[in-house]
Amino acid sequence: MLEGIDVSLVDWSRAQFALTAMYHWVFVPLTLGLGILVAIMETLYVKTGNPEWKRITKFWMTLFGINFAIGVATGIILEFEFGTNWSNYSWFVGDIFGAPLAIEGILAFFMESTFIAIMFFGWNKVSKKFHLISTWLTAIGANLSALWILVANGWMQKPTGMVFNPETARMEMVSFWDVLFSPMAVHKFLHTTSSGFVLASIFVIGVSAWFILKGREITFARKSIVVGAIFGLLSIFYTILTGDSSARTIAHDQPMKFASFEGLYNGSEGAGLVALGFISQNKADPSNENLKDFSVKIEIPNILSYMAFLNWDAFVPGVNDLIRGNEKYGVMSAEDKIKRGKIAIEKLTAFKEAKKGGNKAAADSLKTEIMSKDFQNGYFKYFGYGYISDPHTLVPSVPLSFYSFHIMVVLGFYFILFFFFALFYTLKGKVHKKRKFLWIAIWTIPLAYIASQAGWIVAEVGRQPWVIQDLMPTMAAVTKISSGAVQVTFWLFAIIFTTLLIAELKIMLRQIKIGPKTEGGASHV
Amino acid sequence: MFEALSLLSLQQYWWLIVSLLGALFVFLMFVQGGETLLFTIAKNEQEKSLLVNTLGRKWEFTFTTLVTFGGAFFASFPLFYSTSFGGAYWVWLAILISFVIQAVSYEFRKKPNNFLGAKTYEIFLFINGLLGPLLVGTAVGTFFNGAMFKLDDLNHVTWGTSFRGLEAVLTFHNLALGLAVLFLARILGLLYFMNSVDNKAIVERSQKALLLNTVPFLVFFLYFVIALLFKDGYAYNSETGVVSVESYKYLHNLLALPINTLLLLIGVLGVLWGIGTSILKGGNKGIWFAGGGTVLTVWALLILAAFNNTCFYPSIFDMQSSLNIVKASSSKFTLVAMSYVSLFVPFVLAYIWYAWKSMNSKPISTEELEQEHHTY
Ligand code: HDD
Ligand code: HEM
Ligand code: HEM
Repeated sequence: MLEGIDVSLVDWSRAQFALTAMYHWVFVPLTLGLGILVAIMETLYVKTGNPEWKRITKFWMTLFGINFAIGVATGIILEFEFGTNWSNYSWFVGDIFGAPLAIEGILAFFMESTFIAIMFFGWNKVSKKFHLISTWLTAIGANLSALWILVANGWMQKPTGMVFNPETARMEMVSFWDVLFSPMAVHKFLHTTSSGFVLASIFVIGVSAWFILKGREITFARKSIVVGAIFGLLSIFYTILTGDSSARTIAHDQPMKFASFEGLYNGSEGAGLVALGFISQNKADPSNENLKDFSVKIEIPNILSYMAFLNWDAFVPGVNDLIRGNEKYGVMSAEDKIKRGKIAIEKLTAFKEAKKGGNKAAADSLKTEIMSKDFQNGYFKYFGYGYISDPHTLVPSVPLSFYSFHIMVVLGFYFILFFFFALFYTLKGKVHKKRKFLWIAIWTIPLAYIASQAGWIVAEVGRQPWVIQDLMPTMAAVTKISSGAVQVTFWLFAIIFTTLLIAELKIMLRQIKIGPKTEGGASHV
Repeated sequence: MFEALSLLSLQQYWWLIVSLLGALFVFLMFVQGGETLLFTIAKNEQEKSLLVNTLGRKWEFTFTTLVTFGGAFFASFPLFYSTSFGGAYWVWLAILISFVIQAVSYEFRKKPNNFLGAKTYEIFLFINGLLGPLLVGTAVGTFFNGAMFKLDDLNHVTWGTSFRGLEAVLTFHNLALGLAVLFLARILGLLYFMNSVDNKAIVERSQKALLLNTVPFLVFFLYFVIALLFKDGYAYNSETGVVSVESYKYLHNLLALPINTLLLLIGVLGVLWGIGTSILKGGNKGIWFAGGGTVLTVWALLILAAFNNTCFYPSIFDMQSSLNIVKASSSKFTLVAMSYVSLFVPFVLAYIWYAWKSMNSKPISTEELEQEHHTY
C-alpha cells in the first residue's frame, strides 16, 4: 500500500513538521504563562490602586505582545500543515481530529484576539474593571487553545472514542467525551500548560534579576520576582505531579515510549529507575543499532515498577520484550501484531474489492465483521502494524528519548530550588546582595526553554514510528508530493522563522533595556 | 436536537457555516486591501503610522477568521481539507507564508532595534495585502473551474501536475475572481479608512481612490459572473454518487435556489450602494453596506457552488474523484457534536461586537496615538 512513498519525502516532511512545531513551541509557553502573570499583576493593581503595579503590568504586557505576535505567526502554519503535508493522515482521522481544531478556533482564538485588543488599546477607553476582565480573558483564551490542541495530540498518542468504518476507510468518532476526557489528553493539558507557567515565571525572575544587577528599578524588580516566584513554585509542583501521572498513562498505553525514555532494554519485575546513565555505543544486538545498553548507570531498585504501576514488584516490559514478546507476562511480540495488522488490511482490501465488484452480500458481511467489537479489538487495533515489515523499526531513538526525558526531569527538580531561593532571598530583602544568584537567574531562562523543548521531544520522538499510536505509521500519513518541494518549503520556513526569531530577540532585549516607562503609570490612572 | 436532523441537512448546515466563515473572511480582508494602500494613501510617515494603527487593531480578526475557517473545514469536510491542502500545495503555502510575515509586521514595525527596519515590515504588509486576496480568490475560483486531483480507494490524493495548484492561475476565470477579490479588498480598505480615520486629507484621498479601484473590480467581477452563467458544471446523482457534466449548471442552480439568488442580488446591490454613495457623497457609512454586501455575495456564491447536487470541488483530472458535500463530509456523529459547538457562535459574535463598540466609539487620530501606551 505504500509503494512509491520515498523515505526522503517522509524524512523531510517530518523535519518540516518538527521545525515548525518546535519554533511554535518557543513562543507558546511564554504566552501561556506570561498571560496569567500579567493578569495577576493587574489584579494587584486594581486591588491596591498602587500605580507601581500598573507600570509593572504594562512592562510585562509589552513583552507579552512581542512574543504573542510571533506565536501567532508560527501557529498558522501548523494549523494547515496537517492538510498540506499529512493529507493521508488528515483524511484518516479528520472526523475526530478536525473537531478540536475547529473548536479551538471558535472558542479560544476568538476570545484571545478580541480581548487582547482591549488589553493593549483599552487602557483609556474602558473601565478599570472591564480592562482587568479582558486581561484575564486573554490569558484564559490562550490556555483554552492549548486545551483543544492537546486533546488532539493526546488522541494521537492514545486513540479512543472511535470506530473504523471500512466504507469511508477512516476512523469515525463515537464518543466526544471519551476523546475530550481521555486521561492522556487531560494529563497532557495539565502538564503542558503548567510547564508554560514555570517557564514564564523563570523568565520574569531572570529579567528582573538583570535589572537588579544593573542597579535599576529595584522595587519594580523585587515585586516582579515575588509574583514570579510564588506562581512558579506552585506551578513547578504541579508540573512534576502531572508529569509523573503522564508517565503512568504512558506506561499503560505506550509501553514502547515508556521503555525508551526510561532506557529500559530488558524488562523485569521490580524494575529499577536509571537515574543517570550513558548509553553505550556497542551493539548488544547486531541486527539493530537501536538495541544498545548502558555503559555506565546509576540505578535505584524497584522505583520504576512503582512509578509505572504503583506496585513495587510489577513487571515493566523493556524494548526487547516488546519486540520479541514475553509469554510469561503476556506481552505480545511484534511479529504477532504485524500478523494481525496484515489481516486487518486484507479484510479491508477484500471489502473494497467486493464493493467494486458489485458483490453486495459479501461486502455487507465483511463490513459487519470488520466493525464487530471482536475484530476491532483483536485485529483492527493493530492495523498500523500491517504496514511494518521490519520489527526493529518499531523502536524509537532510545538515546534521544532517554536523554531528553532525564534533562527535563533533572531541570524540573532544579527549578523547585530555584523558585524557593528566589522567593526566600527577596522576602528577606537581600536578593540584591546575592549577585551570584542573580546571574544564575539569568542563565536559568535558557534552561527553562531546554526543559520545555525536551518535553516535546520525549512525547513525539518517543512515539515513533507512529503518527497515531498503533494505527498509522508516519510513512503512511504523508502527502504524496516530490520531496524536493518539501525541501524547498523546509528551507523557506527555516529562513523565515529564524529571521523573525532574531528580530524578536533583538526587539525584546531592547525593550527590556528600555525598561518600564515612567510616564504611563500615574498620569493615566 | 441536532440528532433529529438527517445527515444531508447536517451537511448542508455545515456548508452554510463554513461558507459564512469564508464570506466573513473575504469582508475582513479589508485589512489586506488596506495594506496595499499604505504607500498610496499616506503622504508622510505620520499618516502612514495612522493607517497602520487603524488596520492594526483589526488584523487579528481577519487572521483568526482564516484559522477558524481552516479548522471548521477540516472538521466538517475533512476530505476537502486533505485533498485541497495536500494537493494544491504551493498555492496554500504561498497564502500561508504571506500571512506569517504579516503577523509580526504590525507589532515589530516601529519597535526600536527591529533588525529588518520599518520599511521591510511595510513591504511584508504589502506582499500579504497583494497575495492574500489574489490567491484566495483564485483558489476559490477552482470551486467552479475544478482542480487536477485524483483520489484512490483510500481517498489518498494524487495531483495531476507538479505545479501543485499554481496552474489555477492559468485559467483566466479563476484569475478574474482573484483580481476581483483583490480590488474589492482595496475598496473595502478605503471605505474602512473613511470610516475610522480622523484625518481629512486621508479621507479625501481615499474617496478619490475609490473610483480607480471600482472600475477594475466591476470589470473582473462581471466577467466572472457572466462567464459563470454559461459554464458547464459537475452534477452528482444523489442516489449513486456518480458525477456527470451538466451544461449551464450554475444558471440552473440560480433558478433552483431562488432565496440564494435573492441573497446574491441583495449582496451585489449592497456592495454597489456602499461604493456609489461613498464616491458621490463621502461619509463614513459605506463600509457597512459594502461589507454586508460582500458577506452576502460571497456566501451566496459558495452556496451556489455546492447545493443542488453540485460538486463544489470538481476534478478536471478524474471526474469521478470530484468532491461534493455528501462525499467529503464527516460522520453524522461528528457533525452533530460540532453543531452543538456552533451554538456558541452567536455568543462569540456578541462579545466581539461589544468589544469593538467599546473600543471604537471615536475615529482614530494622530493626537490619540500620541497618548497611547501601545502603538504599532
Ligand atoms: C500548549 C499549547 C499549544 C500547543 C501544543 C500548540 N499551540 Fe498553537 N497556540 C497556542 C498554544 C499551543 C497559544 C498559546 O494559544 C498561541 C501562541 C501564541 C498565540 O497567539 O496563541 C497559539 C497560536 C496558534 C495559532 C494562531 C492563532 C491566532 O490566530 O491567534 C494557530 C493557528 C495555532 N496556534 C495552531 C496550532 C497547531 C495546529 C498546533 C499543533 C500542531 C499548535 N498550535 C500547538
Ligand atoms: C496537537 C499538537 C501536535 C500534533 C498533532 C503533532 C503531530 C505531529 C506530527 C503529525 C508529526 C510528524 C510525524 C512524525 O514524525 O511523527 C510530529 C512530529 C514532531 N512533533 Fe508534533 N505534534 C503536535 C505538537 C507538537 C509540538 C507543539 C511540538 C513542540 C515542539 C512537537 C514536536 C514534534 C517533534 C520534535 C516532531 C518530530 C519527531 C520526529 O519526527 O521524530 N509536536 N508531530
Ligand atoms: C520531574 C519532573 C517532570 C516529569 C516527571 C515529567 C514527565 C513528563 C513526561 C512523562 C512527558 C511525556 C508525555 C507524553 O509523551 O505524552 C513529559 C512531556 C513534557 N514535559 Fe515534562 N516532566 C517533568 C518536568 C518538566 C518541566 C520542568 C518542563 C518544562 C518547564 C516540562 C515540559 C514538558 C513538555 C512541554 C512536555 C510535552 C507535552 C506533553 O507531552 O505533555 N516537564 N513530561
